[in-house]
Amino acid sequence: MATEKAANRLLATTRTVSRELVLTTVVAACIAGATALLLLVVGFPVGRGLAALWVGSFGSWYAFTSATLVRAVPLMLTGSAVALAFRGGVLNIGGEGQLLMGAAAGAGVALAVSPSGVMIPVTIAGALLAASIGGALWAAVAAFLRVRFGVLEVISTIMLNFVALHVVSYLVRGPLQEPTGIYPQSATIADALHLPRIAGAGRLHVGFLLAVLISATFGWVLRHTASGFRLVATGENPTAAASAGGIDVSATTARVFLLSGALAGLAGGVEVLSVTFALYENISPGYGYTAIAVALLARLDPWRVAATAVLFGALEAGAGAMQRDAGVPSTLVSVIEAALILAVVVAQSVRSRRQEPDTGAQMLSVDA
Amino acid sequence: MIEPLSGDEPPALALHDIDKRFGATRALTSASLHVRPATVHALLGENGAGKSTLMRIAYGMERPDAGTIRIGDATVRPDSPAAAIALGVGMVHQHFTLVPVMTVAENIALGGHGVLDLRRTIAAIRELSDRTGFALDPLQRVEQLPVAAQQRVEIAKALMRNARVLVLDEPTAVLSPSESAALLRWLRSFADEGNAAVLITHKLGEALSVADDVTVLRRGRTVLTAPAAHATAASLTDAMLGSAKVAERMHPAPDARVSAQDRRSHPILRAERVTIVDDTGVVRVREASFVVGAGEIVGVAGVEGGGQRELLRALAGRRPLASGILERPSVVGFVPEDRHRDAVLLDRPLTENVALRGAGARRRFIDWRAVRAHTESLMRTFDVRAEGSRAPMRTLSGGNQQKLVLARELDIDGASGSQAIVLENPTRGLDVRATSEIHDRLRAARDAGAAVVVYSSDIDEVLLLASRVLVVYAGVVRESSVDREAIGRLMLGVGTDGH
Amino acid sequence: MSDTLAPFLAATVRTAVPLGLAALGELLVERAGMINIGLEGAILAGAFGALVGASSVGGVGAGFALAAVAGVLVAAMFALCVIWIRADQIIAGTALTLLSVGATGTLYRALYGSSGAALRIPTSEPLAMPGLASLPLVGTALFAQPPITYFLYVIAPALAWWLARTHAGLALRAIGERPEAAEAAGIAVERMRVLAILSGGVLGGLAGGTLVLAQAGTFAEGMSAGRGFIAIAIVVLGRWTPYGVAVGALLFGAASALQYAFQAMGWDLPYQVFLVVPYLLTLAALAGAVGRARAPAALGRSLEPRR
Repeated sequence: MATEKAANRLLATTRTVSRELVLTTVVAACIAGATALLLLVVGFPVGRGLAALWVGSFGSWYAFTSATLVRAVPLMLTGSAVALAFRGGVLNIGGEGQLLMGAAAGAGVALAVSPSGVMIPVTIAGALLAASIGGALWAAVAAFLRVRFGVLEVISTIMLNFVALHVVSYLVRGPLQEPTGIYPQSATIADALHLPRIAGAGRLHVGFLLAVLISATFGWVLRHTASGFRLVATGENPTAAASAGGIDVSATTARVFLLSGALAGLAGGVEVLSVTFALYENISPGYGYTAIAVALLARLDPWRVAATAVLFGALEAGAGAMQRDAGVPSTLVSVIEAALILAVVVAQSVRSRRQEPDTGAQMLSVDA
Repeated sequence: MIEPLSGDEPPALALHDIDKRFGATRALTSASLHVRPATVHALLGENGAGKSTLMRIAYGMERPDAGTIRIGDATVRPDSPAAAIALGVGMVHQHFTLVPVMTVAENIALGGHGVLDLRRTIAAIRELSDRTGFALDPLQRVEQLPVAAQQRVEIAKALMRNARVLVLDEPTAVLSPSESAALLRWLRSFADEGNAAVLITHKLGEALSVADDVTVLRRGRTVLTAPAAHATAASLTDAMLGSAKVAERMHPAPDARVSAQDRRSHPILRAERVTIVDDTGVVRVREASFVVGAGEIVGVAGVEGGGQRELLRALAGRRPLASGILERPSVVGFVPEDRHRDAVLLDRPLTENVALRGAGARRRFIDWRAVRAHTESLMRTFDVRAEGSRAPMRTLSGGNQQKLVLARELDIDGASGSQAIVLENPTRGLDVRATSEIHDRLRAARDAGAAVVVYSSDIDEVLLLASRVLVVYAGVVRESSVDREAIGRLMLGVGTDGH
Repeated sequence: MSDTLAPFLAATVRTAVPLGLAALGELLVERAGMINIGLEGAILAGAFGALVGASSVGGVGAGFALAAVAGVLVAAMFALCVIWIRADQIIAGTALTLLSVGATGTLYRALYGSSGAALRIPTSEPLAMPGLASLPLVGTALFAQPPITYFLYVIAPALAWWLARTHAGLALRAIGERPEAAEAAGIAVERMRVLAILSGGVLGGLAGGTLVLAQAGTFAEGMSAGRGFIAIAIVVLGRWTPYGVAVGALLFGAASALQYAFQAMGWDLPYQVFLVVPYLLTLAALAGAVGRARAPAALGRSLEPRR
């Protein structure tokens, strides 16, 4: 009996894993096919384009680590931030602003001190912590507006994105401006405070490990902790969560919001300490918004978020190569990403229409 | 008992042999209604009898699976409210379909075409107001109006569209006695002018006082049609409530009946002058006092809107009291009627649904292996059929979903089995077998010493399960003897100031 | 002073026009109880359409026409996703903006290559209204603008009239407040919603066309620069009314123009303060501090997870 159960479980796991593998292969094939089609339609060299796409993203170890994975890091973090929020019923569109405020906070700390010796890792940690707090505080504004005034966070977080942009604009032209006072950017962060690279992985830095760790933690917390479960229940059905579960929905919502902001802020901090090495206005090419796409494509699951972030990183890296080697505009990648989302949306709606609703219990809402 | 109604004139509205299903549920079976011109026709029946469904079909909001609809000489097929309106049918719903932030005039004008001439609408409203005697202020915002006034707006909407057949769904449910009387008088004069009115109601008194003809629906079938003059309160009550269903196993179990003495010494739920208000501040339960002891099933009966829903939720700790004392265990199980909205996470696995109970207070970690074992044990005990404990709740049939919710709330396997559980229409929408299984579980819980409070809109179910019955009418809770006549009368307000 | 005021007012109006057009479009959508964050995509598509129309077909008129068509295309896809497939509005809006960014960028480089930057397209010159343009102070600002500005002057009051004084406008407002009431009154709710979305697309497209034909004189990738989101803010600030939207657009236009005015005057205040004020005002309006800005009741409900 016990072995039978174990065998069944093994079978189930194998089935799940192979199903995911098949899905991934299908997705990859679709991407290749769609890209080829687009290239053909727009009149670019298909063979060279596809080859460049591959080489630039997965073609070599260096490409994989220094192009794909490096670009995946901010998307993993912001993707996790958005996925966490959406999972808990918070439509956080403000990842962009939270990232910027996190970057500002992290840069601020990193520029304020010139540590040496053991203070170096402490300062790095402090900068990252400050970044997380910065993002959380920024999210707190929208959280407060929602809990206290019922303000739709879709709108308020977008507004705060703009405010954050202008705050950074002010900072890099004022208090944080580099010493010569010519350029709208902060001073360069000391080499010592750059996030260390991972040996043997090109330009890939420890931020990647942090992002992976966070994805794993996020998944684990949702799955195994009581508060993680409260988050999931609240996002699924706040009414049942309150009535059947006795969950404090307002408090849970606020906590999710802050956590999401913290992750996005952390993404900003990591970017500043590993890629940009300074604060300026355009440090984010829309990560906060792309993160929404990543989270939705990953259907809000933490591991899939990481995988999807890598996919998007690959697409971005490959796009750069496509442009360089085959003259294909890198913007094509956005089209592919959008097509992916729309395909998932259509597939989901088809699936939910096929599912038989529990009509036996769907009684008339009006008493007959 | 179907009596032919006199007169050969074409009907103002006639529905004949109407069938309607919603999924697996048969809402109407060969239901018929024949409304003679210039009459008020009362459509009677209990909750769930099919009255609203039948009239929604007449108003084009639902399509019948079979049957015909006639207006005058013509056979019609209204496929939308707009079509019904064009045919001269107007409907005033139980839940008003008015836009709260808009004025009376705007609400009445809604649905027109072309340029909006509110001045003309306002003038027309004032004229209508004079003609009918309705007090209507065209410039008031609907959300500021008291309920009776909002209802007048709904009626005015229909009248302004030249409704010749006016259907009103439980209009007096929200009115005071004097307002109800005024409305009924007006209905009478409306009919006397040559129009027809269909009054959907469960109140015998008003039906007999104002109607020319009555039709009674029970479980989706027409069981009585007669001129009002030939009907009596007794015959109508009988038709509405029916005789006993196909007998299930009866458990008279006199030893399971808890005596009043036992109850007082082992009270699980004790209410003392409990008053409950709803979210809008209206008093729903007034100074209710009763005791529920261990090892008994107390039934709650009452027509919709009587306050029993608020009472149940207060007993389950899901709603605060406005005043009074309620003693209850710290955790009370609750099985609400709208399971999908209030009790389950449809797309999540059964294990997570079981883990939902107590999620608010839980600390630290969740041991899913234990939860899974617990879930599987519950599923075995309650015979819940599913593809494993990790199947999504959505994939279970209604009956199995309900059994799992019940199992969760009773928490029999858990260390702290529920001492008290409150249920709201627990077998609504379930088939006979699932219903009987749920009933068995409730009896088992009772035998294990739990205090069970069950509200059902189906009196037979209450009679089957309960050893005591509390009847709720207009916020007042009274204990009734456990027999159909007594309960029925109390439910319909007979013997109080409701008749 | 006056020689900075007049140009400042002119710049305010000029900046406000595309914002106002897009916001009026979004106003219609939100009054119907939905939110289209794909508006950004519609604006960008409109900008690109204007480029194609003006350079390939020729002429400013063709440019604006194609701008409107491009906007409608994006809006049509949004309507398809949200009304027919019943997808979530946020997902659909995000996907469409992404699609628009990608498609316009790719097509731009494909069709115009690297020579795109030097592309010369006919632009819409300011057209002075006789008499009115000579009014002191506001004359040049209000009445010596490209013709699309006058289109806005006409359409804002037209929409205000339509919303308040026609049955169709009343129906739209009812749909945004309580769709069930509209349905019970015999109104075709989904059809009106689709029409509102498409109209929003037209106006959004025209906004993009304005950016290309009446301001920049050329197309640049991503040139919508968040205006779609600003339009959403303007709708809130303007309390969901056309005249309010017009004022809100002017406010954002003024904030943008002020930064230059202040930089020119060499004041010490960081100019970003002005840029930030309109957003803060929007947040305050949402929270009810600046008089309660009540969103159409169905707007919030439509964003709830559909289970």
